[in-house]
Amino acid sequence: MANTILKKEQLIPGQTSKLVIDAPHIAAKAQPGNFIILRVNEKGERIPLTIADTDRENGTITIVYLVLGKSTALLEELNEGDDILDLCGPLGKATHIQKGGTVICVGGGTGIAAMHHIAKGHHMAGNHVVAVIGARNKDLLLFEKELKSFCPEVLISTDDGSYGHKGLVTELLKDRLEKDKSVVEVVAVGPVPMMAAVSKTTEPFGVPTTVSLNSIMVDGVGMCGACRVTVGGQTKFACVDGPEFDGHKVDFQELRQRLAAFSPMEKESYDHHCRCKCNDSK
Amino acid sequence: MTASKKTIAKRVPMPNQPPDVRRNNFDEVALGYTKEMAMEEAKRCLQCKKPKCVKGCPVEVPIPDFIAHLAKGDVEKAYAVIKSTNSLPAVCGRVCPQEIQCEGACILNAKEQPVAIGRLERFTADEYMHMDACDLITAKPECPYIDQDRKVACIGSGPSSLTVAGYLAARGCKVTVFEALHEVGGVLVYGIPEFRLPKEKIVAKEVGALKELEVEFVTNYVGGKTFNIEDLFEQGYKAVFVGVGAGLPKFLRIPGENFNGVFSANEYLTRVNLGRAYEFPNYDTPIIKGRKVTVYGGGNVAMDAARTAQRLGAESVHIVYRRTADAMPARHEEIEHAVEEGIHLEVLSNPIEFRGDERGNLTSVLLQRMELGEPDASGRRSPKPVEGDVYELETDLAVIAVGTNPNPVLLENEPGLKLNKWGYIEVDEATGETSIPNVYAGGDIVTGAATVILAMGAGRRAAKEIAHRFGIED
Ligand SMILES: Cc1cc2nc3c(=O)[nH]c(=O)nc-3n(C[C@H](O)[C@H](O)[C@H](O)COP(=O)(O)OP(=O)(O)OC[C@H]3O[C@@H](n4cnc5c(N)ncnc54)[C@H](O)[C@@H]3O)c2cc1C
Ligand SMILES: Cc1cc2nc3c(=O)[nH]c(=O)nc-3n(C[C@H](O)[C@H](O)[C@H](O)COP(=O)(O)OP(=O)(O)OC[C@H]3O[C@@H](n4cnc5c(N)ncnc54)[C@H](O)[C@@H]3O)c2cc1C
Ligand code: SF4
Ligand code: SF4
Ligand code: FES
Repeated sequence: MANTILKKEQLIPGQTSKLVIDAPHIAAKAQPGNFIILRVNEKGERIPLTIADTDRENGTITIVYLVLGKSTALLEELNEGDDILDLCGPLGKATHIQKGGTVICVGGGTGIAAMHHIAKGHHMAGNHVVAVIGARNKDLLLFEKELKSFCPEVLISTDDGSYGHKGLVTELLKDRLEKDKSVVEVVAVGPVPMMAAVSKTTEPFGVPTTVSLNSIMVDGVGMCGACRVTVGGQTKFACVDGPEFDGHKVDFQELRQRLAAFSPMEKESYDHHCRCKCNDSK
Repeated sequence: MTASKKTIAKRVPMPNQPPDVRRNNFDEVALGYTKEMAMEEAKRCLQCKKPKCVKGCPVEVPIPDFIAHLAKGDVEKAYAVIKSTNSLPAVCGRVCPQEIQCEGACILNAKEQPVAIGRLERFTADEYMHMDACDLITAKPECPYIDQDRKVACIGSGPSSLTVAGYLAARGCKVTVFEALHEVGGVLVYGIPEFRLPKEKIVAKEVGALKELEVEFVTNYVGGKTFNIEDLFEQGYKAVFVGVGAGLPKFLRIPGENFNGVFSANEYLTRVNLGRAYEFPNYDTPIIKGRKVTVYGGGNVAMDAARTAQRLGAESVHIVYRRTADAMPARHEEIEHAVEEGIHLEVLSNPIEFRGDERGNLTSVLLQRMELGEPDASGRRSPKPVEGDVYELETDLAVIAVGTNPNPVLLENEPGLKLNKWGYIEVDEATGETSIPNVYAGGDIVTGAATVILAMGAGRRAAKEIAHRFGIED
């Protein structure tokens, strides 16, 4: 239970990294769709991150994170050989995977890594997986190679056209849905506006759409209600009822507002962290 | 001798931090008796032949016996007596609802001056100078030999599991406690605040002593997720105790409940206690401090949330409760302390809607004035709305403390566990055993949200049965 970082790879320097962590007890149980909660140090906050991959044989899990604020910045300071103080999982419900035909898995930004595990699950179940991934530009695109290793099709878009289709993933998705009637499900993982847009895109086609919500969490095991989201007019707890929900029923507007609940404090925390670091190095 | 024949001396008052000081800090409110005070209070006990107080205590602490030792100033003997039935006296002395248990039953309660049993229990536990862990936990001079084959697992680390661990470790079993969070103690650490139950001084001391008896604590391990009960038996555990607590917070189901600034008491208290948000940004967990705070509910949880908000610097704190103050289920002392600290009890009032601004931040609450109706079949006058009397109260932080539902994490993943109609685990009344052989359960996951001492009583019952089946006790 050392939670040792065996491998660290900076996917986008200073912004996104991948860690392979020694956690056999979690790897043994992890399913696509699950996440972990970790704490970097004694004063740290509990933060949730998706399990992007598992290797049961070697007892490892992979996480990919975007450096956003203090906690992810602290995580980024760890190196190979370091231990993560607290690592808890696998949490959340596993992705509901049914064999049925073509599944389109859409990923945006860091969400591509999380989507990768779900896509893999669908692939293993025998579904035809079409991955659609997007980023602002070519350098920010993640997991293309990994996805290509098992997905028969990987469609790519960038905002600036530096790679693949110039535009949004939703344009690729819409195009595909118009042409391909064999699609039984669309899965979307990424920033909230992107998941909202994907759900809106698929709605007229009547294709079931699953989104993985990243609401704010504290315990991650159903004891606090911080993660509550409104789905189909009902309050759900993302950590135990989700994190995956029917995208056509999620109140994305509320989710977006709730994600901003602590913004002033997150900034304060980050500034505090930077100030302390600067003072240390003086 | 009966109480009515002579005028009885008044209870020795508990020294407290003054309200205007303590409302600005998280230090313990009640400072505890001195030895002189304790001996004086102990002498008030009539040493009844048929002590009613004992019947009022869920674990039947031999109350007059320990008080008799205290009256003579013998803390050591008093401690040994209490420990014979209660494994966490420092905790119970502080948090038991004594007025409806031991002290409520005390013969002197007829004069509203019951013996201050809880305070004496607390004094004894705090004053007792233990030599080592065995001494603290077992009240026996020697450490037991721990038989590594008598493996017992506890899931959850609240008072019920800690009791199981203490009881069985003292009898030579090898106990492992699996806890989902990163700290051990259950509600004692993430729920009940520091100013009522000091974490380092009390909870950590008990946990530390258990560790010395080779109790192993495995944190960040979630029953039903990281492992299943079946896995434990495969790993050689011979008995499993499930003490995962009540869990899932209830909300009010009124409009606006998901505005930013509306918290469950569990989230609010967990952020502050477990995350040490009161030391933000030195600690990383943030909390909305709240200028005008409203708290919904009338139990201990509501009091704790309200008093926490006060300490975090709120301008005003209102506890909104739909009945009258005397119907509040919280410990009397907590209600008293809250009022002394300047908290307003907004009684006979019921929330009907939260309102917010365009960014989704809470700004106010709509409240329905209530009145007590005619007595119902049970004789209780239940509140009903006063037609047309709806008013608005400004609030930027609302904390909901109206109870919990069973937490699904373990239960969903252990279909073999039979549940009762409320969704809690069903157990055999006599042994605490569940529908799965050698799997026991107790505490809030069986009874629904209750008390520390009832959870401990349930732990003790299961531990006894386990010891019995191991053949180490009759
Ligand atoms: C189920 C789930 C899976 C996730 N998977 C990933 C992942 O694989 N990779 C990844 O990069 N990010 C993931 N996230 C988001 C990640 O948890 C946040 O980016 C992280 O907590 C930010 O913390 P911070 O201190 O660095 O930033 P902060 O400055 O504290 O916050 C930045 C933003 O992150 C969000 N956030 C803050 N605290 C929390 C919290 N306790 N829980 C959730 N969100 C929070 C808020 O929207 C906030 O505005 C996931 C979130 C959830 C709920
Ligand atoms: C704010 C507050 C104030 C209170 N005040 C009082 C008071 O003054 N007096 C009083 O007598 N009672 C009080 N209570 C009630 C009392 O604390 C509880 O009745 C008691 O703690 C229940 O004990 P327990 O052993 O059942 O579980 P808990 O104390 O609830 O502990 C359960 C533990 O199990 C863990 N867990 C949950 N699920 C899992 C899982 N799947 N796997 C592993 N671990 C898991 C939880 O994280 C937790 O640590 C209060 C409660 C609260 C919330
Ligand atoms: S355990 Fe609680 S009820 Fe029993 S004597 Fe002690 S304080 Fe009273
Ligand atoms: S505590 Fe009260 S009831 Fe108990 S023995 Fe003393 S006087 Fe009697
Ligand atoms: S994070 Fe606490 S209930 Fe979901």
